[in-house]
Amino acid sequence: MAVTLDQTIAQKQHTFVSRLFANQTFWVVIAVILACLFLSVATDSFATSKNIFNITRNVTFVAIVALGMTFVIITGGIDLSVGSVLCLSSMVLAVTMHAGYSIEVGILASIATALAIGAFNGMLIAYLGFPPFVVTLGMLSVARSLAMVASNNTVVFQFGPDHQKLLALGGGAWVFGIANPVLYMIILALITGFILRLTKFGRHIFAIGGNEHAATLTGVPVKQIKVVVYMISALSAGIAGIIQTGWLGAVTTNLGNGMELQVIAATVIGGANLAGGVGTALGAVVGAALIEVIRNSLGLLGINAFWQGTFIGGAIILAVLFDRIRNFRRSD
Amino acid sequence: MSVLELANISKHFGAIQAVNDVSFSLEAGEVVGLMGDNGAGKSTLVKMIAGNFHPSHGTMRLDGKELVLHKPAEARQHGIEIVHQDLALCNNLTAAANVYLGRELRRGFGPLRILDYGAMYKRAGQLFAELKSETRPRDLVKQMSGGQRQAVAIARTMLSQAKIVLMDEPTAAISVRQVAEVLNLIRHLRDQGIAVVLISHRMPDVFDVADRVIVMRRGRKVADKKIASSSPEEVTGLITGAIEQVA
Repeated sequence: MAVTLDQTIAQKQHTFVSRLFANQTFWVVIAVILACLFLSVATDSFATSKNIFNITRNVTFVAIVALGMTFVIITGGIDLSVGSVLCLSSMVLAVTMHAGYSIEVGILASIATALAIGAFNGMLIAYLGFPPFVVTLGMLSVARSLAMVASNNTVVFQFGPDHQKLLALGGGAWVFGIANPVLYMIILALITGFILRLTKFGRHIFAIGGNEHAATLTGVPVKQIKVVVYMISALSAGIAGIIQTGWLGAVTTNLGNGMELQVIAATVIGGANLAGGVGTALGAVVGAALIEVIRNSLGLLGINAFWQGTFIGGAIILAVLFDRIRNFRRSD
Repeated sequence: MSVLELANISKHFGAIQAVNDVSFSLEAGEVVGLMGDNGAGKSTLVKMIAGNFHPSHGTMRLDGKELVLHKPAEARQHGIEIVHQDLALCNNLTAAANVYLGRELRRGFGPLRILDYGAMYKRAGQLFAELKSETRPRDLVKQMSGGQRQAVAIARTMLSQAKIVLMDEPTAAISVRQVAEVLNLIRHLRDQGIAVVLISHRMPDVFDVADRVIVMRRGRKVADKKIASSSPEEVTGLITGAIEQVA
């Protein structure tokens, strides 16, 4: 029987199940679920609403920044400045509101700061050909220093007339008792997924990560897209900074210190490839969740907190190991 | 009337004369082999037609109208497509995504315009069927053979109504069976009335598929004749300079 054109077009390389099994994100989801089931049985304190509330909320800050980082990593870049940008955005918000301005002005100033830094990073990388690692490493230092300058290295905990509004924004639970940061994370994850899968911009990001030269030759506006990608990353750090300020109720200049590594770890655990061309919104969120569950469980199981780094580091290596094993099989 | 006419085209980079006073014309539905040793000026000539370089002297006419190109996108708008030597494919994307790279189809309105996966798979599938290629639109380019990759790169040139397709060494790095596949793809383009310029080092390919051969040496055109009235020996002589020039 001849194969019709429609059959050829409909032909997929893998069935749904085989694709699922070959998907790193899927295995990380399984790992998270198994860990949660185990902890629910093994400890009394894990499956309490208070602990779940805590975990979900802790996941969000890393997850939101990881969503932005995913864009950068798909293009084959890296953004080391996110932790510092988060701190600077928080500080700009705090200082502006402390000076008596409304929450709207504070948020606007904070977002504008983040976008300006992202644009600066992106311009140097896209138009002047700087290596992303170097530019964002420099910005890691610059942004944190600016945060210290802005606050004179003090702790800001009074946010002027809109103090309560800010605390409610970050610390409240407006819908069904779900912590607000979790809602923001879900909304941002849906937007990220939409952009990556269904827009021309998203398709071009993957193309740049796959073969930047080819993208240029086929008329993809590579340079502009790279700038936007670093702006998205900085924006996500800024948004996380604003929410975290409202949640903590105070800003110090070591907020988000070392966060870039957690964020990159979350995206990589979730299946993004640092070489570019691969990454999903779900992966970023799930990767962040796995890290937080590991951290939380070690505490509940009474394991010395010094072991945290070992377990999280092990998870990073294990996640990538799966990917390597798959590729070995393919190259044989 | 010729599709493309080049008149006294020259290109120099500083003191280096890469292309020197070259004239030729291309007819619709014609395959022209462009041959010459490394540094003979083939690539420079093709890059001028594709809009990458601007000629220092001379004029190009497309369908009788003067053609001035500032960038590759303009050449594409005029129906001049190029298949790059490295094919310019993204391994992490599907065949259909690669075919439509840079000119994705979308549906919906305004900011909510989303990629039209269905339409792109469908049209890409039709193009591969037209090319008699076994390539499937949903397959990742990563897992494809050299011949299938060529089919993807060539299908890209058929998306819009191309008049001229420039192919840079399409058979350089693929297996014998795949070479036959690619030559068939070229015949297919020709049958649709597209003028094909085939840059190649491989004598058998040019003599197999081309109607006419143009030989360049040191920036000059040294031969422009029908394949039927030439021979591989003669062309080799022209490329190396053993034969100075033929009419």
